[in-house]
Amino acid sequence: MGAKSMSAAADSAKLHRTSIGFWLYLMTDCMLFASLFATFAVLRTATADGPSGADIFQLPLMLVSTVILLVSSFACGIALIGLKNRNMVQIAWGLTATFVLGVAFLSIEIYEFAHLINEGYGPDRSAFLSAFFTLVGTHGLHILVGLIWLAVLGWVFYKRGINAKSGRQLTIFGMFWHFLDLVWIFVFTIVYLLGVLS
Amino acid sequence: MDLRIYYRLFVGGTFMTIARYTIGFILSLGLTLLAYAVVVYKLLDTWAVAALIALAIVQMIVQLIYFLHISDETGPRYKLQSFIYMASLLVFLVVGSLWIMGHLNYNMMNMSPEQKDGYMMGEKDRGF
Amino acid sequence: MLGKLSWETALPQDIVTLGGVIMGGLGLLAVIAAMTYYKKWGWLWRHWLTSLDPKKIGIMYIAVSALMLLRGLADAAMLRAQQAVFANMADSPVSADLFQQVFSAHGTIMIFFVAMGIIFGVINLIMPLQIGARDVAFPLLNAISFWLFFAGMALMNVSLAIGGEFSTAGWLAYPPLSGLEYSPGPGVDYWIWSLQVSGIGSLLSGVNFLVTIFTMRRKGMTLMKMPIFTWSVVASMLLVVFVFPILTVTLTLLSLDRTLETHFFTSDMGGNPMMYVNLIWAWGHPEVYILILPAFGIFSEVVAALCGKRLFGYVSMVWALMAISVLSFTVWLHHFFTMGGGANVNAFFGIMTMIIAIPTGVKVFNWLFTMYRGRVRFDTPMLWFMGFVVTFTIGGVTGVMLAVPGIDFQVHNTLFLVAHFHNVIIGGVVFGMFAGYAYWFPKFTGFRLHEGLGKAAFWSWLIGFVLAFGPLYILGFMGAVRRLDSYDPSLGWQGLFIVAGIGLLIILLGVFFQVVQLAYSIWKRKELAVGPDPWNGRTLEWATPTPVPEYNFATLPTVHERDAFWEQKQEKDKAKKLSYEAIHLPKNTGYGVYVGAASFVIGFAVIWHIWWLALVGVAATVILVIMSSLWEDSEKELSAKEVESIETKLWGQKA
Repeated sequence: MGAKSMSAAADSAKLHRTSIGFWLYLMTDCMLFASLFATFAVLRTATADGPSGADIFQLPLMLVSTVILLVSSFACGIALIGLKNRNMVQIAWGLTATFVLGVAFLSIEIYEFAHLINEGYGPDRSAFLSAFFTLVGTHGLHILVGLIWLAVLGWVFYKRGINAKSGRQLTIFGMFWHFLDLVWIFVFTIVYLLGVLS
Repeated sequence: MDLRIYYRLFVGGTFMTIARYTIGFILSLGLTLLAYAVVVYKLLDTWAVAALIALAIVQMIVQLIYFLHISDETGPRYKLQSFIYMASLLVFLVVGSLWIMGHLNYNMMNMSPEQKDGYMMGEKDRGF
Repeated sequence: MLGKLSWETALPQDIVTLGGVIMGGLGLLAVIAAMTYYKKWGWLWRHWLTSLDPKKIGIMYIAVSALMLLRGLADAAMLRAQQAVFANMADSPVSADLFQQVFSAHGTIMIFFVAMGIIFGVINLIMPLQIGARDVAFPLLNAISFWLFFAGMALMNVSLAIGGEFSTAGWLAYPPLSGLEYSPGPGVDYWIWSLQVSGIGSLLSGVNFLVTIFTMRRKGMTLMKMPIFTWSVVASMLLVVFVFPILTVTLTLLSLDRTLETHFFTSDMGGNPMMYVNLIWAWGHPEVYILILPAFGIFSEVVAALCGKRLFGYVSMVWALMAISVLSFTVWLHHFFTMGGGANVNAFFGIMTMIIAIPTGVKVFNWLFTMYRGRVRFDTPMLWFMGFVVTFTIGGVTGVMLAVPGIDFQVHNTLFLVAHFHNVIIGGVVFGMFAGYAYWFPKFTGFRLHEGLGKAAFWSWLIGFVLAFGPLYILGFMGAVRRLDSYDPSLGWQGLFIVAGIGLLIILLGVFFQVVQLAYSIWKRKELAVGPDPWNGRTLEWATPTPVPEYNFATLPTVHERDAFWEQKQEKDKAKKLSYEAIHLPKNTGYGVYVGAASFVIGFAVIWHIWWLALVGVAATVILVIMSSLWEDSEKELSAKEVESIETKLWGQKA
């Protein structure tokens, strides 16, 4: 085996290991959210004479942020396809769109939190609100980590272009970003939609 | 209708194409808007909760296939198997916690005897 | 500027605590002085602290855990002394408040920093060798996991010196006692953060080991040809990976209640303390299976090797391991039958708990069948196994008793429970680790541990254990509640407590024998020297020379059978000689140490509400992670020629 094919095989094995490892980590992150969902579900009616979900959730705004996150997930997919086709321009546009939309999503969430805290409905008001802020806030924290990661990744591609390592890093970032949209489906449904329904 | 056509259109082949990502995006968007409509336009009454959960699960599957490429894995299906295992544990944890915590109200201390009787009769009616 | 930290809040108030801090501090100073005098800091940094070799990381885990075992035993000695000698004294040296802290620390240290540490250490040391690999899947992550463990351990110990107190809420810190209102001091916060930091390390290790086993097995080694210890690692790590996030969340929620005054587990404003109990045990039950499954794996290896026979019923052993692993997710409520879930809930979880005993029974029978008609060598590892069979069976049986809600209502939170879990943990996990220690020690050092002292240690531990915990079963049946520092003397229980105290002293004698054994064996290592395969082993870790080179295996011949090394030994002449190739290994790096240090800073800062410092710690961690991900020049290469010369040198002595 020549040196080049040996290192190609080694790179492929490394990508495989990294993908599986990161997927497994995402499964653990799902269990993290599972615990937060369980807590929210148990405490959802513990409003302590304070507001309930129906009182405070602005559903149209949440629909907008849901769609924004969905589009950002699609944009991330564009970047991943760009990686597959070794198209640096496509990667650049895809990642930039992902970043901008991610910032928009997070801004809406920060606005919502600030507004609620201002009204006196912060996480220390009732168990329901504690659970709400923690569940949605943890998702938001993950988005923040994703944005920081994305910024670093952008710099890596700018400085070092497409290679085995940057390809690996983008692949797992893509998994992370898609997974955040997946978790958001359940946040939107269980927290906001079911909250308003009851 | 030949189901194989649907399979080839929607499931078979590789998912790393713009066409596939677009299908996934449109399906997800549709499911999201449908769920929103169920709540805001009060489309369903008693089945609303079940419908919303079902819509969420369907969108999850759509995103698993079209965005996370769970069906694209070659070799041993670590991703699919670990996902199914995780999902089972998740359901057991959430449902189990709700079941346990709901039942702990059985012995709440600050109920009057009448309240307690009424509560326990209610439990009996619900088959607990 | 310094949050809640001040001279008044920092210094230990209790004289015993202060004494402990001074002794520990002097010991640490002595070590630092010796290291400086012998100019060993550079060697320590370059060859151990920055190493990404899982064998070295494994030894560091074991060294830290052994040290923490001594602290945990010191805690146990204080508890026994209080109940046997100082009980009902007006001015006991172990004050009531100190007693609460000591049993909380004892449990926390033993589970998190002794048992978990030794297990991760043994897995690092043995598992890559057993699957015929050269490293784990993510070597840097492995180092980071160790240093997170170390940082958690450091926080645990610093709690005495800075803060002068630990949590009084037991090893699981139930609210409302662990909430802000009833535990306003830093003790519970130290508990939370040492577990939070080391817990993340455990989670990352779980992912790392699973990916290693799934993707880096030697060619030809299918899953059903893996050594059984490796299977036990799979079963255990599957648990780690899916339950440690529950611990992370639960600790975070408690911490939020204490810092941001949220209401998850408060008694008012909608909080539900029972939800904490539910969540913490949803983690806590699988945790104890995480501890025992690798011990089962070690026993399987030891029994097969020391009986000169293939393990009986390999397939059923694998099924049993995986069944126990899956079932352990379904039983957690049995820890709080008395919390009031009602008959249906209790019945379901009680039945599931009884079911989980069945695969364990299958394993015990398989071990015994392995012994049958084998050429049994009653060396120390085998003695530990025999001690395990007897004690663990009793512990398991009392577990099935506790699984019956009706019985549990009588003995919940009595000393019966305390006896049960010490029975299974000491008889199972501790004896398993000691068996592994005696069995694998010669592989890495080239000499055996002294047999006579090993036997003396074993008998001391066994007899000591029976005396220390047998009385507790009796006391529990008679109604003795756990976690009390004294009982009414008119009950006439003092005699049993004295017996228990004597039992602990005999255990300490056993530990003494083990320490002497290690020192003596090192001193007499030339007389005790053995080759690279002293037990006539069956699995691949014995296929390496001693000491094991950094790359483990120079060549990677395909595997065809279970018990791959046994196959290699039978086929010795027919085996094709593979040529040496260049080997790539990870370079040493300080990233692990720095991430551990940054995590320690975050934990310490949040405990004392020094918010600017916490932010600094977080920023440092983020920067370190980013830097390590950008690290390009992370591998070094050993040329084929270098490998050849190393191999010739290592094997040459035995050729």
